[in-house]
Amino acid sequence: MSLSVQNLTVGYRDRTVINGLSLAPIAAGQVVSLVGPNGAGKSTLLRAIAGLTPARGDVRLGDLNLGAMSISERARHVAYMPQTLPQDVALTVLETVIAALEASPVAGSHAHSADQAMQALVKVGAAELASRRLDRLSGGQRQIAGLAQAMVRRPKVLLLDEPTSALDLRHQLDVLTLARTYARENDAVVIMVLHDLQSAARASDHIVVLSDGAVKIEGAPQQAITPEVLADVWQVQARVENCGRGLIQVMVDAVL
Amino acid sequence: MVLLALAVGCVAALALDVMVGPSSMSPWRILEGLVRPSVLSPSETAIIWQIRLPYALMAIMVGAALSLAGAEMQTVLNNPLASPFTLGVSAAAAFGASLSIVLGLGLPFVSNDTLTTINAFVFAFGSVLALQALARAQRGGVQSIVLFGIALVFAFNALTALVQYVSSQEALQQLVFWTMGSLSRSTWRSVAFMAVVIILTTPFSVLAARALTALRLGEDRAMSFGVNVGRLRFLSLLRVSLLSATAVAFVGVVGFVGLVAPHIARLLVGEDHRVFLPASILSGALLMSLASAASKTLVPGALLPVGIVTAVIGVPVFLLLIFRNGAKG
Ligand SMILES: Nc1ncnc2c1ncn2[C@@H]1O[C@H](COP(=O)(O)OP(=O)(O)OP(=O)(O)O)[C@@H](O)[C@H]1O
Ligand SMILES: [Mg+2]
Repeated sequence: MSLSVQNLTVGYRDRTVINGLSLAPIAAGQVVSLVGPNGAGKSTLLRAIAGLTPARGDVRLGDLNLGAMSISERARHVAYMPQTLPQDVALTVLETVIAALEASPVAGSHAHSADQAMQALVKVGAAELASRRLDRLSGGQRQIAGLAQAMVRRPKVLLLDEPTSALDLRHQLDVLTLARTYARENDAVVIMVLHDLQSAARASDHIVVLSDGAVKIEGAPQQAITPEVLADVWQVQARVENCGRGLIQVMVDAVL
Repeated sequence: MVLLALAVGCVAALALDVMVGPSSMSPWRILEGLVRPSVLSPSETAIIWQIRLPYALMAIMVGAALSLAGAEMQTVLNNPLASPFTLGVSAAAAFGASLSIVLGLGLPFVSNDTLTTINAFVFAFGSVLALQALARAQRGGVQSIVLFGIALVFAFNALTALVQYVSSQEALQQLVFWTMGSLSRSTWRSVAFMAVVIILTTPFSVLAARALTALRLGEDRAMSFGVNVGRLRFLSLLRVSLLSATAVAFVGVVGFVGLVAPHIARLLVGEDHRVFLPASILSGALLMSLASAASKTLVPGALLPVGIVTAVIGVPVFLLLIFRNGAKG
């Protein structure tokens, strides 16, 4: 089963942000990073795949036509974690994860939702936050709670919009590792928006560079992240060093 | 636990509300009369059955309806200041009522009082439908709906003032009473009507509770969990319009309950709507019932408009909870 995105056109009101975008098919078990400058359309693309923003084109998971599904049907296969953190919510972390699970039907009944929710929190390493109120957590803690909300539904397509933006070094690494484990264990596709190119290279099998709503280049990390692409897309003069085992080092010398 | 305590409080407040009043019947006499109606004189029977009970029940139900409406509004409009009062439903009802009182419009076979109620309902319902239409036209722009509601408050208040300006002394008297909120027009018929509306809408609110909880995490998250947010908001505002329009049509403008009771409930039980909605209903009923009892006792011999008393009671309770909560957190 693979995720295919073909000829996608997405916009807001009178302006088109993404015009006829297609991605190489993404196989189950793969982790893809979506990178690009601010305003490139990364969130817009993820929201369109999740069905939160109306889009024209074709989004398929295996032989399922996600684009033709209702919101609740699609939510059984796809979860999207937004870039922003919720605020002023008088719910405990556990209650939010249960709410995510019970908001619409998923496979299985509601009978064990508290257990399932707790398991999801253990997975993301936030078990001790379970009974804390969401509005009294730090930004990073709220982000990790959000990850548990997205994962608890066990979607086949997990879309994470800047999942590490509020996290410390160690938690960033943990979340990136978790994304990979999730993809492998659930035979799922994980697409993450990341701004740190080294993390993106480390964490993913495949990188998509988005610029002005179009795919600049996509491929294995070493192919996608090159001095030419950095100059063209981010306007920086940089060296990219290959450190083996898929790791790269990006050194910026100057802005162009 | 909290729900149980609130429910017990409601029953106690209801009892208190029935016991007190301007006529000089002792609480024992009333209790006796409820158990054995035959011991009462006809006038005492009338006081209990035609005045005390309908007033007290109406207070409970209006409190419940307004705070359920307020709770749902605060969630679907994502604004802690949303309530039937703050977003113009009450103001619209007051204008509708004032039109029919002052212009003395009449229909054959319909008493003027009924007509006033109907007119208030039509305007209140219409104002929420207008909010509704805006919500549908404006994808996701919840903030502008709230601003529109506030604009409605000012517009209708100005219109009501205009009508007052041109009205006769006698109509003005009636009108002022109406805009301050009063339970004194409660009859068994209006109680029954209010009960039917509550019984018809509440189950749908309860069914939507899980989706509403998810919506607290934000529209995008809720949608990604499979909630059709547009439909949820539409149906919720439909319930809100029925509940609040009916309530204000019968008792006039009662501010504060619909705004404050949900906050009290939130401070007590959090925002899991499966508990939060019932807690809001009970808090509102309790608050309104206490207000009704107080309106009969604060000034001996006089019946204060209940709308004034809700604020007098609601504000201290509210402040107490906020400060207690602030100290804890
Ligand atoms: N709700 C909206 N209404 C109108 N335009 C929007 C809306 N959201 C985003 N846009 C526009 O669409 C374009 C792409 O935005 P998007 O949020 O997808 O960027 P992004 O790549 O996620 O950026 P960032 O890295 O800053 O998160 C931007 O030009 C933005 O101004
Ligand atoms: Mg973004």
